[in-house]
Amino acid sequence: MLSADNKRSKIDVQESELGATADIQEAVDAPSRTLPAIEFRDVHLSFDDKKILNGVSFTVRRGETKIILGRSGGGKSTTIRLILGLLKPDSGQILVDGEDITHYSEQEMMRVRQKMGMVFQEGALFDSLSVYENVAYRLHEQKVDEETVEKEVRRMLRFVDLEDAIDKMPSELSGGMRRRVGIARALVGDPTIVMFDEPTAGLDPPTARTICELAIKLRDLEDVSSIFVTHEMNNLEYLSSEYATVNDAGEVIYEMEGEKLCLINTEVIMLRDGQIIFSGKDEQLRKAEDPYITKFIRGK
Amino acid sequence: MNPLKNFIFQLQEISLLVWQAFIGLFRKPRYLSETIRQMDLIGVGSLPIVLLTGFFTGGVLILQTYPTLEYYGGQSEAGHAVATSLIRELGPVLTALIVSGRIGSAISAELGSMVVSQQIDAMRALGTDPTRKLVSPRIVALIFMLPLLTVAGDVFGIIGGSIVASNLFNQPANTFLSSVRIGITPQDLIGGSIKPLFFGLIIGCISCYKGLSTTGGTVGVGRSTTNAVVLSSIWVIVFDFFISKALQTVLDIGRL
Ligand SMILES: Nc1ncnc2c1ncn2[C@@H]1O[C@H](COP(=O)(O)OP(=O)(O)O)[C@@H](O)[C@H]1O
Ligand SMILES: [Mg+2]
Repeated sequence: MLSADNKRSKIDVQESELGATADIQEAVDAPSRTLPAIEFRDVHLSFDDKKILNGVSFTVRRGETKIILGRSGGGKSTTIRLILGLLKPDSGQILVDGEDITHYSEQEMMRVRQKMGMVFQEGALFDSLSVYENVAYRLHEQKVDEETVEKEVRRMLRFVDLEDAIDKMPSELSGGMRRRVGIARALVGDPTIVMFDEPTAGLDPPTARTICELAIKLRDLEDVSSIFVTHEMNNLEYLSSEYATVNDAGEVIYEMEGEKLCLINTEVIMLRDGQIIFSGKDEQLRKAEDPYITKFIRGK
Repeated sequence: MNPLKNFIFQLQEISLLVWQAFIGLFRKPRYLSETIRQMDLIGVGSLPIVLLTGFFTGGVLILQTYPTLEYYGGQSEAGHAVATSLIRELGPVLTALIVSGRIGSAISAELGSMVVSQQIDAMRALGTDPTRKLVSPRIVALIFMLPLLTVAGDVFGIIGGSIVASNLFNQPANTFLSSVRIGITPQDLIGGSIKPLFFGLIIGCISCYKGLSTTGGTVGVGRSTTNAVVLSSIWVIVFDFFISKALQTVLDIGRL
């Protein structure tokens, strides 16, 4: 995993010294950084005559978090399923790290999926397997030796603060715990792209907050590119105005953007009737005049 | 979709699934331990009811046919009659029907709920091919275990028959069993164990397909479970006729 000092590359340092700027320049020039992590080019998809996506184009840059907003049934989960190659579009192109995966076979997709982590709407834990086996799933499939597996599983469960639940079965967990185990499972193997499908739906505010913090931590400390699907405005608030950093004591702390730093690595897109009706920063979203958007933000 | 188109579509999908499951057997990773677990679940798990069914079927066959045989003076052929009908027909078909009720429903319910709770998607997202991990082991286990279960059922059927014959009709077990031994031919035995191979395949692919093609939440799981059992039972019975006909031609059975 990448270390904390990496966060500079994604956070605009307003009062920067020269050294920091050079750092950014260097990072931007590396080829893996210039290629977007995910790119949609005019993607269309219908299910039985019903248009779900109608010409969707967007890019997720390296280390960027893209928040996708939209009503339920608006095609948000479908978008994520397309990136994972669980579905194929009717037309258009989908690129992952510059690689056109649109026509990849299941076999080829397996390789691409190695670098992706997916957090499903309800967790989608394997209920015949324990928490340990769930998180270890990917490593067990790759026949990694048990000692390494256990170390990695513990590390991941510590990341989501659930090490105590290691021997439990999914049915014994609360909704928030299931979601966190889902996150731990998705993060095994250090994916560089992580997708969250409504990870906070149906959770109480403090638990939802914890999950948003995990996403922020991944973005700022682990240099992960991510897609965060939600329809909850407070998630948007957290993700687009706070950043994670490590204090002198080595603890992860969350700070508000402001004088010192302004977040440039989080953007919002809004889907409506299969089209993107908004794309930009959260500040712009709040200023938008489109009645659909204002209604979505304020609920009336 | 009209019914015929739907039927052809499903047939195509099932063939594709079987083909992929078959191909999956020759590629790494292989899921040997999963296959053995399924064999245990399917084979050992179904053994008691298969034995029970076989036992009582053999018994009732004697109960119903013995008086008729006696009327024609053919009571010494009782064992032969029971063994032939059990080994050729009733053993394979009844075992397959029981297994399709017990295992077919379990398979489609399990896979169906994995689909609706997105566990199948999660599996694919984590880099596992569900066909290889879930479908191949189940089909292989069914194809292996069904013939064994059938043989066990047949044996218990003959035991059941001989117990009824000796207790209700006072025919010595020796007479009964030697009539069994003389009556059945190697062709009967071969035919009787080829059938369950096909039945295992039918039950396996229909239940896996129905489970994996579940849509519409928990209600959908119920629907696909019912469909899996109904369809596999029907196809077992329909195929039984055609396999019997083919076996008669190939092995020359069925002529006394
Ligand atoms: N496999 C499918 N077959 C048919 N319709 C589907 C399928 N998957 C999703 N849909 C439909 O596509 C629309 C978008 O679904 P989804 O992407 O899950 O929306 P959401 O934005 O709530 O995540 C919904 O109307 C849903 O009914
Ligand atoms: Mg959704």
